[in-house]
Amino acid sequence: MAVRLFDHPFDPWALVRERERQLPLERLGACSVFAGRMRDFNEAEDIRAMFLEHYPGMTERELERIVAEAEARWPSITCEVAHRVGAVDPSETLVLVAVWSAHRVAARDACAEILERLKHEAPFWKRERLTDGTERWVEQNTPGH
Amino acid sequence: MTITVQYFARLREDLGRERDEVAATGELQTVGDLWRHLHGDPPARLMAAVNQAHARLDTPVADGDEVAFFPPVTGG
Repeated sequence: MAVRLFDHPFDPWALVRERERQLPLERLGACSVFAGRMRDFNEAEDIRAMFLEHYPGMTERELERIVAEAEARWPSITCEVAHRVGAVDPSETLVLVAVWSAHRVAARDACAEILERLKHEAPFWKRERLTDGTERWVEQNTPGH
Repeated sequence: MTITVQYFARLREDLGRERDEVAATGELQTVGDLWRHLHGDPPARLMAAVNQAHARLDTPVADGDEVAFFPPVTGG
């Protein structure tokens, strides 16, 4: 299991390649990757920047718990999860969930499950700065979007 | 001995502070007791944690615990 928080931009594909160098790829027929980027729009408004607040300690523990529970449900998987914290600009990657498995269904389903649980359980909070300089907290993640 | 209470995101801004220290007493049995003692009726969709694990309003609290209150999470 690998769970990482970054307070600076990270390249999700570099993390995937770096992890793959350490994995027995001849046994892992499937890799499912979700990379989420910051948009420059939300709810019909233009967004200039974002701040991602987190709960140091609990955030890492929650991500580790979510991955551990996925590993218990799909015992064959290997996971890499990364998330930004702090100031983020549009087009930068916010989240990476990569799951390797022998077969496609476990990789795909575990990747989706980890992402949805992360969005609803891990303590992160987005604060958006609009192009007119005003700021607002994002109130909630939309289920399943 | 005390219970440490932390606030995050919009809740911290609305309350105007990051934390409270509360003397542990026999009346403060649960997370909900703690919120009511400090702030009255809990708002809808209030989330909580005890010692950095998700909790509910009926989760017990004890001397020395780290309790946190926060709005719905919006990561990912």
